[in-house]
Amino acid sequence: MASLFEYMFKAPVVTETLKSSDDIQIQIIARQIDERARKSFGRSLHIREVDAGSCNGCELEIGALNNPYYDLERFGMHFVASPRHADCLLVTGPVTRNMADPLKRTYDATPAPKIVVAVGDCAHDCGVFAGGYGVVGPVSAILPVDAVVYGCPPEPRAILLGILAALEKRP
Amino acid sequence: MSMFSEIAIALLQLLMVMFGSPLLVGVIRKAKARLQGRRGASIFQPYADIRKLLLKEVVVSENTSWIFRFTPYLLATTMLLSALIVPVLTIRTPLGFMGNIIALMYLFLLGTFFLALAGLDAGSAFGGMGSSREVAIAALAEPTVLIAIFGIALRAGTTSLDGIITRFAAEPLLMLNAGHLLAFIAFFIVALAENGRLPVDNPATHLELTMIHEAMVLEYSGRLLALVEWAAGMKLFLFLTLLSNLFFPWGVALANTPMTLLTAFLALAVKLLLFAGAIALVETSVAKLRLFRVPELLAGSFTVALLAVVTSFFMK
Amino acid sequence: MIIDATVMFDLFVVTLACFGAGALGALVTARSPTLARIVGHGAALIGAMAALAFGLAGLAGGGMQLNLPDLLPIGGAAFGLDRLSAFFVVVIAAGAIPASLYAIGYTREYAGKHSLAGMGFAFNVFVVAMILVPLARNVLTFLVLWELMSLASYFLVITEHEREETLRAGWVYFVMTHTGFAALLLGFLLLAKATGTMHFVQWQVAAAHLDPSSRNLIFALLAVGFASKAGAIPLHVWLPRAHPAAPSHVSALMSGVMIKLGVYGLVRVGFSWLGVGPGWWGGTILIVGAVSAVLGVLYALVDADLKRLLAYSSVENIGIIMLSLGAAVLFQASNLPGIAALALIAGLYHTLNHAAFKSLLFMGAGAVLHATHTRNMEDLGGLMKRMPQTAAFFLIGSLAIAALPPFNGFISEWLTFQSLLLSFQISAHTINLIFALGVAALALTSGLAVACFVRAFGITFLALPRSHQAAGAHEVQWTMRAAMALLALACIVLGTAPSLMLAPLEATIFELMSAHADVQFNLTAVVANDGFGWVAPLWLALALIVFLMALPLGLRLLGANKQRRSYETWGCGRALQTARFEYTATAFANPFKRVFALLYRPVKELDIEFHPESRYFVRTIAYYNEGRLIFEDALYRPLLRMIETLAREARALQSGNVHGYLVYILIALVALLILTV
Repeated sequence: MASLFEYMFKAPVVTETLKSSDDIQIQIIARQIDERARKSFGRSLHIREVDAGSCNGCELEIGALNNPYYDLERFGMHFVASPRHADCLLVTGPVTRNMADPLKRTYDATPAPKIVVAVGDCAHDCGVFAGGYGVVGPVSAILPVDAVVYGCPPEPRAILLGILAALEKRP
Repeated sequence: MSMFSEIAIALLQLLMVMFGSPLLVGVIRKAKARLQGRRGASIFQPYADIRKLLLKEVVVSENTSWIFRFTPYLLATTMLLSALIVPVLTIRTPLGFMGNIIALMYLFLLGTFFLALAGLDAGSAFGGMGSSREVAIAALAEPTVLIAIFGIALRAGTTSLDGIITRFAAEPLLMLNAGHLLAFIAFFIVALAENGRLPVDNPATHLELTMIHEAMVLEYSGRLLALVEWAAGMKLFLFLTLLSNLFFPWGVALANTPMTLLTAFLALAVKLLLFAGAIALVETSVAKLRLFRVPELLAGSFTVALLAVVTSFFMK
Repeated sequence: MIIDATVMFDLFVVTLACFGAGALGALVTARSPTLARIVGHGAALIGAMAALAFGLAGLAGGGMQLNLPDLLPIGGAAFGLDRLSAFFVVVIAAGAIPASLYAIGYTREYAGKHSLAGMGFAFNVFVVAMILVPLARNVLTFLVLWELMSLASYFLVITEHEREETLRAGWVYFVMTHTGFAALLLGFLLLAKATGTMHFVQWQVAAAHLDPSSRNLIFALLAVGFASKAGAIPLHVWLPRAHPAAPSHVSALMSGVMIKLGVYGLVRVGFSWLGVGPGWWGGTILIVGAVSAVLGVLYALVDADLKRLLAYSSVENIGIIMLSLGAAVLFQASNLPGIAALALIAGLYHTLNHAAFKSLLFMGAGAVLHATHTRNMEDLGGLMKRMPQTAAFFLIGSLAIAALPPFNGFISEWLTFQSLLLSFQISAHTINLIFALGVAALALTSGLAVACFVRAFGITFLALPRSHQAAGAHEVQWTMRAAMALLALACIVLGTAPSLMLAPLEATIFELMSAHADVQFNLTAVVANDGFGWVAPLWLALALIVFLMALPLGLRLLGANKQRRSYETWGCGRALQTARFEYTATAFANPFKRVFALLYRPVKELDIEFHPESRYFVRTIAYYNEGRLIFEDALYRPLLRMIETLAREARALQSGNVHGYLVYILIALVALLILTV
């Protein structure tokens, strides 16, 4: 207990500042979201993560967003437990047959205005799983996607930048 | 006191609770983030969250009845009403005659009742689970609450909120005994349990099966969710204010002048800051208890409260 | 205000005449069930209204004396009215009015299956006997009416006698009520012998000179007799059996009203017949009350039968009432008459309140039963949309019984808390500790009651229906809804304007113990012990309404999004959303079953039938989680076994030999002669 307290008070803040670099690729797909709605998120964005059939590589990176190093919360972002609370769906993986319907339902369960960010190469074009018998297609085949973060898996920084870009409509 | 200043004071208290509660939540989150070595969100983040939620549409389950839509309004209402009764800044609350501390606790219970019903209303397994757990914890916390109140009433000779503060402020020696400390500890544990804080419930959990409060509100969205979250913040604010002002009554305005009110405001800010720090410390250093360990914690707090009463009897 | 004695007498006669007409009318019109139903219960309705007027007049100060020396042997029939009696007449009438109204619609279902003439007759006899019990002024009158009430209710309980469990329930009720009767008879006879009079009025003076041991014995006997009628633990076993078995309007009357006559008896025993008693009487009543309250609500919490849940909750509420009665006796013994009067007011107010909300809830349960033909909560659900009015009334009843502001249960529990908390003025550590535990028990009870009624209302009325009966339910007929509306209104009025009833109650208590209660009140506020605690229920209610209206307005001003969209319940994206995903009544109660496992001693069983092809697929899963009833197991079963053994032994006496019997008679005669000489 004592060492825990010592750690709590002595350990420095380890969060890094967010810097963009050239090798990060993000594509913003122009979708008609009301400009006012986009503004309405302000500095608050609640994210629901949907694994539509990913190999969980992306999940590891997304999980890293919560750690002190990347600290997603400093941007007013937060993972939530229910799509009802969410503003943003973070979808990973190629959409498998079993997950196509749940993915659609999750989207419908989310109150408007909402954005969808496809994370990883699989979410963009099914990656190595393209053409597989269990794969329906990329996320964009099911949902209107607002931003795509490339990478297999993309690094946490890229995911963060992707979400921020989708919010601010910054290419 | 003139009619005008009475209204002004009631409004002041109301505004304090209405606008202070998101800040309190933000401060606790910030403190937790810092203790975890993170930078964390701004302390004003809860305002941004509420603003955003108000601007979103509401998605309501087809299974629900009017109870589901009514509950957020009722929750916020009970908290706003409590803000008029609790001596936040001053003991001379113009509407404080509406109830004593017991009435206040039952007002909180009214909110719990409806929230638990709303949890059941959508017919999802998570909501029902949350309701069941929430009422279980509320029920088991109730004896501690009342016995702790008994312990206070014993020494203060009254159950009226302003009476208790007046008495303790007039005779600080009354607070210098074991009973006072024990009653405080018991009430603090209950405050953690009632507000869904660690080690009873984790307000930041994502895992449905471990949820209590969060499981009940999984179905809420948009402005309804904003009201629920805001009400939860106000409840925490009110509980911590009660803890601050009943057990450490320094600074609370005994008469209403601009100077005393300002002092009261500053004193409350300091006390709440300390409590926010304490809660952040507790939440960073302890793990959530298993659900069926929670009754043991509450039984422990009950024993502490009973000890507070017994010591008061013997030290009379 | 003193009301003319002739007016009182007239009201009394009208009451009796109406019930008499109802009883006879039901018999006369036996050929036509519809007529018998309407005449029988309609006359009871008018009679109950007259009784209410009679009782209210009595509370306002009207007195009455009536002696009919030739009607009964040993002193004749004697009736009288003081404020306490009048208060209980009001309670009974207030329960009987909606019950009669409700019965007009509710008993339609029985036409052709059961004798409506018989039901109407028994109903009228039952109600009138209850009204007359608190008016009885000597031993024989009291006992005859008491027995009449028990018998009439017994016949009403076994209305659905084609069902095995109903008959069993009736049998348990019959045995328990007569055990109680025996205790009462013995107690009354001992008291009459000791004081030399059968008249209640003369007891108080004479009882003061009794020696303590016989006074204690008489107290114990009478307390046991009345507590068994009230349904206090461990004498409660008949209550959760008989009340659900009876037709719902009778359940409402039995649970809401009849058991209150046990409370009436306890008040008489504790405060007038035996004079001021020693503190341990109060302590015992308080502890029995605390145990009844906590265990009653704990049993209610896990029961899946809606009506049995309500019956157990009656045990709980009787416990709360007894808590305040016990506190009153203790305060009285500790020379704090003002607080004693406050505690007694709290108890009596809760008596009235419980009559209102418990009747309401039983009628709501009856409406559910009427519409779905099941009392099992696991088959209910979704009734909010199918029976919106019944649901709203049941919700009001649930809020009231959970003691939430601004409904009536809150006021009486608040008063009880105030009186218990004021116990710190007593300076005796043991008594202080008893009170502290009483506070804790009451707090736990009220917390558990919230849980219990969230479950009762939530599982029954919210979400999706769990069976096709529930899915096909419809709103009930108007007299039933009108009866529930009346009671719901009573819950609100008694909760927001308590002074309406506190003023007459204060006068009642003053008459009973010549002490002013330590409580001040006006139309809006109630203050206990000169600022020890206060509450302004009317203001609370108004403020609630104001804020509830202001909030949506405020949101609109802030420019909140007004759009609302309906979509399926969030089920993690699952395609199939049925009622089987809902939390069940059993699951809801499970945390309590685990926490209080010591009490419930649950026996869990899990039966899984696997698919013949693979163990990974199950065909059926059956889960049993039955609790055992410790009082039945630990107390009554051994007792029954003992009685059975004794009876088997006694069989040896039944030789069948006439000469043998003659010898018995001789022995008995000689024994009696020796005793009397």
